[in-house]
Amino acid sequence: MTATKAARSSGSTWTRSRGSTWLRSRTGARVVGIASSIAVIALVELLIIAGAINAFVVPKPTQILLAIPRIIAEENVLHRFWQTAQEVIWASLMLAVFGIALGSLLFRFVGLRLAFEAWVGALAAAPIVLMYPLFLVIFGRSTTTIVMIGFAAGLAPVILKTLDGLSGTRKVLIDVGRSFKLSRGQQFRKVLLPAALPAVFVGLKLGLIFAMINIVGVEFLINFGGLGQLINELAERYDLPGTYGAILFVILASVLFFAVLERIERWLRPVE
Amino acid sequence: MAAAGGMRPDSSSASHRVWLLRVAFVVIALLAWEALSRSGVLFKDVVPSLAAIGRALANVLSTRDFYANLGVTAQEIGIAVVIGGVAGVAVGIMLGANRFLSQAFESLLLYLGPTPKIIFFPVMIMWFGVGTGSKIAMGVVSCFFPIAISTAAGMRQIDTVLIRVGRSFRASTWQMVKSIYLPAMREPIVTGLRLGLGVAIIGTLLAETKLSNRGLGYLVIQSYALFDMPKMYALLIVLFVLSIGVNAMIGRFSHAQRRALA
Repeated sequence: MTATKAARSSGSTWTRSRGSTWLRSRTGARVVGIASSIAVIALVELLIIAGAINAFVVPKPTQILLAIPRIIAEENVLHRFWQTAQEVIWASLMLAVFGIALGSLLFRFVGLRLAFEAWVGALAAAPIVLMYPLFLVIFGRSTTTIVMIGFAAGLAPVILKTLDGLSGTRKVLIDVGRSFKLSRGQQFRKVLLPAALPAVFVGLKLGLIFAMINIVGVEFLINFGGLGQLINELAERYDLPGTYGAILFVILASVLFFAVLERIERWLRPVE
Repeated sequence: MAAAGGMRPDSSSASHRVWLLRVAFVVIALLAWEALSRSGVLFKDVVPSLAAIGRALANVLSTRDFYANLGVTAQEIGIAVVIGGVAGVAVGIMLGANRFLSQAFESLLLYLGPTPKIIFFPVMIMWFGVGTGSKIAMGVVSCFFPIAISTAAGMRQIDTVLIRVGRSFRASTWQMVKSIYLPAMREPIVTGLRLGLGVAIIGTLLAETKLSNRGLGYLVIQSYALFDMPKMYALLIVLFVLSIGVNAMIGRFSHAQRRALA
């Protein structure tokens, strides 16, 4: 009897220690994180049902989940998503062309770099999106305004990281280019730019994140375009579950966007 | 000595050239603006003359209304940074000090951090009303994430010797926070506050442009609605100078702290 008890007790200790080890692992922590989030959502649902939270201010999480397929079908979400994606694509193309060109220009002319690098740094910290009324005046309430704000907001990091990348090219690579008597253009295309590519992509990634944030924000503010406008419209209609659902959709789209960018960055990063 | 003496004129002429380039750029930009304003290529009121913008700037800065609205915005941003800062530092310390909590919840912060915060504004209006409450909440939501992420990263960079010393003295959690964590993390916290203040300014002002009847954001959007372009340009110039100025001041403070600690 005592032996059985001891065996049981040692068995439960082993299970407990294995359980606590698993709980302390990365997967265990993530499971706890997800489970706690679900528990909080369930608590909110219960509090709304109990009347502790006003249902006219916070809709039930189940209502929000049910609203997502509705807004996808009725509010043409995929089309709006594509509209926002197109704006981001245009802004990113402009960022790649002008950002890399301006960064290369600052690298090529030391005087320009000394004079304007600090200004570009200040531009990175400037609240460019606050200038949206100015863009509205110049380009009207149109896609151009949204794309231009996205472009302006993301330009500084692309310029600065391109400059960083080009300046950080190893001297030995430049010397190899010189020993092959490469022309200035060839040196840039075949040596400097490939060496700077990881840093350039970090800049493009930052620029794209800034552009995306500002594009969705301005869509919301001027009530025009894709996903940002959807949130504004649903809020103005006082469709609460729809508004929360659309916000959730935008968050998921942003997370997906960042995850894809991170994957591409990892893929481009040189193996050390 | 001779070499040093020889360097001076070189470096001074280089810095002279840099200033010359900067001045030339500003002058060319202003001249281009004035030429565009007078050319009639764009609608006259869209690109007002420099004199009109200058007059509007003087008018804006000399009215009591501007300072009243500046006070409202400054108050909203100040409260937002205090609430978001305290919450961000607390969450950052918790996540940075505990690996389990960090693995469980930090990805939430990292993913929610870069999402466009202004989309939460309709929710903030429902929760806190159309007054200053929703603008403060927008500021809080905006600045919480960079402060929390920077503090958590800073916590992980604290010298483990300091933490072991604290533990060997059997310091309580509060004593650890007060005597070890916070002093060791002055720099990441200042960096986080700097980033947080920048986004709090943007979040609060954008919220004011969307729905408000007070604050600098309201003044900007009102002059846009009334098509008073010189005033709008003047207000945008003031906003830019204030935002970049505050950011630069905190940057200087951060550098001074770093130098003092070095």
